[in-house]
Amino acid sequence: MTEWFQGTLGYGFGWFVATLILILMIALPLMLAVAMIIYADRKIWAAMALRRGPNVVGPFGLLQSFADGLKVFLKETIIPSGANRGLFIIAPILTFTVALIGWAVVPFGDGMVLADINVGLLYLLAVSSLGVYGVIIAGWASNSKYPFYSALRAAAQMVSYEVSVGFVLISVILWSGTFNLSGIIEAQRSHVFFLNGFAFNPLLFPMSIIFLISAMAETARAPFDLTEAESELVAGYQTEYSSMSFALFWLGEYGNVLLMCGMTAVLFWGGWLPPIDWAPLYLVPGIIWFFAKIFLFFFVFSWVKATVPRFRYDQLMRLGWKIFLPVSLLWVFLVSGYLLVTKEQCPVGTTELASVRTDDEADRFMPSCRSQMPNLTGRDRAAGAHQ
Amino acid sequence: MIQAFAFYLFAAIVIASGVMTIGARNPVHSVLWLILAFFNAAGLFLILGAEFIAMLLVIVYVGAVAVLFLFVVMMLDIDFAELRSGIARYWPFASILALILLAEIVFAVMAWNAGTVVAAKASPAAQGVPNIELLGRALYGRYLYIFEAAGLVLLVAMIGAIVLTHRRRSDLRPQNVSHQVRRRPEDAVVNMNPGVGQGVEL
Repeated sequence: MTEWFQGTLGYGFGWFVATLILILMIALPLMLAVAMIIYADRKIWAAMALRRGPNVVGPFGLLQSFADGLKVFLKETIIPSGANRGLFIIAPILTFTVALIGWAVVPFGDGMVLADINVGLLYLLAVSSLGVYGVIIAGWASNSKYPFYSALRAAAQMVSYEVSVGFVLISVILWSGTFNLSGIIEAQRSHVFFLNGFAFNPLLFPMSIIFLISAMAETARAPFDLTEAESELVAGYQTEYSSMSFALFWLGEYGNVLLMCGMTAVLFWGGWLPPIDWAPLYLVPGIIWFFAKIFLFFFVFSWVKATVPRFRYDQLMRLGWKIFLPVSLLWVFLVSGYLLVTKEQCPVGTTELASVRTDDEADRFMPSCRSQMPNLTGRDRAAGAHQ
Repeated sequence: MIQAFAFYLFAAIVIASGVMTIGARNPVHSVLWLILAFFNAAGLFLILGAEFIAMLLVIVYVGAVAVLFLFVVMMLDIDFAELRSGIARYWPFASILALILLAEIVFAVMAWNAGTVVAAKASPAAQGVPNIELLGRALYGRYLYIFEAAGLVLLVAMIGAIVLTHRRRSDLRPQNVSHQVRRRPEDAVVNMNPGVGQGVEL
């Protein structure tokens, strides 16, 4: 599409228009997905509590989220007189923006990615670390006790869990040999016999569990929702917010949860690949597999929210620093040690890598050597599946 | 054209937010301007083609260091009147420092114009190879010992910081999870059958 626009509108402007359209093609369905996932969350939660959940607006209550959206849109925006006005308004916008920009590097299907950058994973880590600013700024700018407590909790909580998330990502990168998300997905093709996904690897499966739990802590979902624990902090950093600024926090939060579910799918469960490397399964478009995986992990998030009681703050810190950090550090040693023992180093100064043509030959070497194999024709079994 | 526009945009915001960092009256605003400066500096690195360093700048400085700054600054109890009263006392010293810095910058620019010590400027990157890999090869190949030594220095600094600030408190009773999990009803509950008017002896 970019080429077509560049041909008709000139190189620079055509690129601009094409990118703008692609961004809208991601952002608008994402908004719709967030609205529906809020509905799904409430339905799942209600079903586990033997309630009916939203069931009045529209068939099966499907339009509930839109009714709620309309309601908050029509409400009055209240800015407390003691608040720091500029920052008070910026905070929800920041949260919402950060929740959206992470999707720029997520591959939805084979080649269906807005920005196929080779530091994709680092970009996602950077974006997820920015998410804390919306909460901190909101808590501070509200000039109120409970939001401020919430902001301090959020700062400590998100920084703590980012450390173990970093180690989890390092072990994934070691095994895939690239930071590019499409490359990481390709590396998972028939990773364990005929199964697509790093999570089927016994060495990486514990890391996928740590990642999922850390993702819950990063997005401050229950049972780690100490930043908005209503029994202690009213509504945490959202206490002073009303109307659309409140809705932006709400949307941003669910957007982040979806992004974390997507990251779990991309990093450990093969992204848009079907779970089993079997040709008929490739007839289903990759984007459907990806959405199905996102929804599966969202169901796990809801399930945990409905069943697990909230952590105490010292327990949260203990889990992050005394359990996840040492375990993930040990696992980085195990993964890198296993790779060192079983794979050969990239030979320097020879043409050995240039002669590698198939996957089985490439598997002899360290995963990171793949970028030096110009004649590797891609995943050979993938080519077979597309024919 | 677009590169020049992006460069001037990022550079202007870096300088403006740098000025606001020292000019803002509220320390929290200062930290937020500093974060904006970091962020746009990352943009400048991106234009240079150093995407790995750009991302690291955001992850390390914006994502971790600045959060801790903000954390500390938000909790500080700062008396602005007292801070400003010091200006009269310190400005001669401060202006000497500023002059020295200015002289150093001028000197550095002159030296740079005269030609670098290294004979040829290295090309930034080979085409098609991600610069993470190039950086990795340089750090873990040619500069391995220096890199490991830097890591060791950081480790010592970290241990030092923990040793200096850690204090044992005797008045705390921390939670022992394995102890709680190991506890069985038999350890906690005793069935007694006291006689009438005697009460229980534990």
